[in-house]
Amino acid sequence: MAVATSRSSVTFGEAGAVLALSAGLLLCIYVAANAADSVMTFHALLAAAAAVGGVAAIFSRYASGTRDLRAEIDGKPNYNWGPVKFATIAAVVWGVVGFLAGNILAWQLAFPALNLDLPWTNFGRLRPFHTSVVIFAFGGNALIASSFYVVQKTCRARLAGDMAPWFVVLGYNFFILVAGTGYLFGVTQSKEYAEPEWYADLWLTIVWVAYLLVFLATLWKRKEPHIYVANWFYLAFIVTIAMLHLGNNATLPVSWLGTKSYIAWAGVQDAMFQWWYGHNAVGFFLTAGFLAMMYYFVPKRAERPVYSYRLSIIHFWALIFIYIWAGPHHLHYTSLPDWAQTLGMTFSIMLWMPSWGGMINGLMTLSGAWDKLRTDPVLRMLVVSVAFYGMSTFEGPLMSIKAVNSLSHYTDWTVGHVHSGALGWVGFVSFGTLYCMVPWLWNKKQLYSLKLVNWHFWIATLGIVLYITAMWVAGILQGLMWRAYTGLGFLEYSFIETVEAMHPFYVIRAIGGLLFVIGSVIMAYNLWMTVRHGEAEVPAAARPALQPAE
Amino acid sequence: MATEHKEIDAVSGMATTGHEWDGIKELNTPLPRWWLWIFYACIVWSIGYWVVYPAWPLITTHTKGVLGYSSRAALAQDMAALAARRGEAGRALAEASLEDIRKSPDLLAFAMAQGKAAFGDNCAPCHGLGATGSKGFPNLNDDDWMWGGTLDAIHFTIAHGVRSDDPDTRVNTMPAFGKDSILTKDEIGTIADFVLSISGQTPGAGADLEKGQQLFADNCAVCHGEEGKGNPELGAPNLTDRIWLYGGDRASIVATITNARAGVMPTWKNRLDEPTIKALTVYVHALGGGK
Repeated sequence: MAVATSRSSVTFGEAGAVLALSAGLLLCIYVAANAADSVMTFHALLAAAAAVGGVAAIFSRYASGTRDLRAEIDGKPNYNWGPVKFATIAAVVWGVVGFLAGNILAWQLAFPALNLDLPWTNFGRLRPFHTSVVIFAFGGNALIASSFYVVQKTCRARLAGDMAPWFVVLGYNFFILVAGTGYLFGVTQSKEYAEPEWYADLWLTIVWVAYLLVFLATLWKRKEPHIYVANWFYLAFIVTIAMLHLGNNATLPVSWLGTKSYIAWAGVQDAMFQWWYGHNAVGFFLTAGFLAMMYYFVPKRAERPVYSYRLSIIHFWALIFIYIWAGPHHLHYTSLPDWAQTLGMTFSIMLWMPSWGGMINGLMTLSGAWDKLRTDPVLRMLVVSVAFYGMSTFEGPLMSIKAVNSLSHYTDWTVGHVHSGALGWVGFVSFGTLYCMVPWLWNKKQLYSLKLVNWHFWIATLGIVLYITAMWVAGILQGLMWRAYTGLGFLEYSFIETVEAMHPFYVIRAIGGLLFVIGSVIMAYNLWMTVRHGEAEVPAAARPALQPAE
Repeated sequence: MATEHKEIDAVSGMATTGHEWDGIKELNTPLPRWWLWIFYACIVWSIGYWVVYPAWPLITTHTKGVLGYSSRAALAQDMAALAARRGEAGRALAEASLEDIRKSPDLLAFAMAQGKAAFGDNCAPCHGLGATGSKGFPNLNDDDWMWGGTLDAIHFTIAHGVRSDDPDTRVNTMPAFGKDSILTKDEIGTIADFVLSISGQTPGAGADLEKGQQLFADNCAVCHGEEGKGNPELGAPNLTDRIWLYGGDRASIVATITNARAGVMPTWKNRLDEPTIKALTVYVHALGGGK
């Protein structure tokens, strides 16, 4: 492996991949011919097409003779940027699609007729499409791209394997395609954030194990004596997501040739599994993974050392140990036993400072470089993302307190909370990362336009502020209306009256969301122009990769 | 290259850890005190909470907490407090007959309050918040009643529903005269013209009202009556009052005769308790037109 050099012979990986894809193709044709329902036929044909495409891609790459699998060239790591570039582009494209889907839903909530009375555009199908595309397609691709970028740069080692990183990136996006089209055709497990059916879950398991192995093997090959903090967070994210995915998707299909399955867990155990999964998807996908991004791109962009190594250790382990317990706070005042509710709530409270450790490390890294916020909108985006992270990780523990939860639960406050984290933290830290990574990956001096980044920043920030303030007001109003009693002891408002009261806030939210979508389109344009027309970086000299400390 | 000597950062005066990754170094700053103390405080508070409330699972039970809190007990308390708030009237409503409720101003006011709340969450999705109904869902404000507008009739309809899964449900079946080829298209049109004429509307040009009357008598009168005034015993609507459940223009009437209509209202006796159904009955009765 380590001595792999550029050569014209077919590698073991290439031959194996072609064989595996061919076997997969036969299986897909069999399933398509014998499927129990039409969506399974469609997905089997989609998989068959993907297998053919995979084989064709391997042959065409081999024929082009451009591949260079050497680990090092002239003593410098021969970084593997192909899969990183693919996942980066995928993140941008899926991001715009997912934000747009969310905005359509926001307008539908204000004006229900906008579902056009079509089955595939109604709220029930479009909602999981939106959540999965923004979390798993946009966020997931941003995580895979940045993790493959960061692990190479901080280990000074080429990504392990040749076929494997491509398999991770392409396989993951194929999973998204199967999941997303499945939702629109009405295929779902009905588990929030775990809607894909059993066959998509199995495929994701294979892809995810490959992801873990590529990441671990690259760490193993590292040329640095220590593992950088960002990689701890990436690893925690990959390992824990694997565990959560297996736990919450323990299903048995009705037929091996059909889409439908049933979960092994029943009743309150199923609910507990679901929210153990759901909350830790937030904790390990949307927090740990994106903290990893922060730990690389903030110090890199600010050109300052990370504020505190000690804090990074303590808050890392505290976060990992405490987060995993907090799920039951999603099930306050339900049939979940009281003791489990108590644990869910108290661990959420204890989680406050471990979460804030990341915020402190992110913000304080700027000390000595705060002036850069005036001139560098990319850094500003990263820093504001950390501020939103701090805000939503304070709001989370607050909302987990049972007394607060009795007001906030099931209201739009929850939706606002999620979006302050999703748009403000996950969105902005990913945008900042993409703005950093694209010029670096495509060897451009800088972004096409910093001015456009500035526009993106302000439009999206205004959008987020409109979104979350509207949802705070809506949610608290809703909660208060639900619990209002008349003097005689009857509910003051019917449910439909509380829905009517939400209307103006739904309109404001939809406008805020639209601004966020517009910002993302500006980013997509800017990144596209950077790749197409950006000024090329002068090779070597311009970027002293490992300059000694000043 | 990573240098092992621990250099000092010029801006903060803090030592680095001596490592470097792709140009990134780390300061060895101690944990912020305020951060650490709040973290400890959260842990101490949580331990205190575990002492007070049910918290840790044991082999066959769990720690109960010194307050003896349980959410079941808390619910029972809340329900008792609500019953206390509803007071004497709440208890009396359960005992009183529908007629008694209507005659007692106190009970009536109480039942109206309860009825309004129950109507908003259970009936409004179909009948509308103001009970004005919509296509296929009757307006409850007028004095036109398909299944009768007395207190007892309304109570029965709410309790058992219309074409519901309750064995005592109100049910009737209007034949689909066109779909099942009982009448021809022309005959249906002729009946529709007759129905337009008895509801004070203008029939289509060249309508044969005499033939229409004959066809109506042969096919419709058995339920709707010779004069089309309907029959609440059978749930047959009055066709002369210009109150229409599915539209009163010629096209709608033709569609109704051709395909028949069979709206459904659920049975509520398994979802709502008896006092609530009583309150709803009195509330709907009082909306207007109660008999």
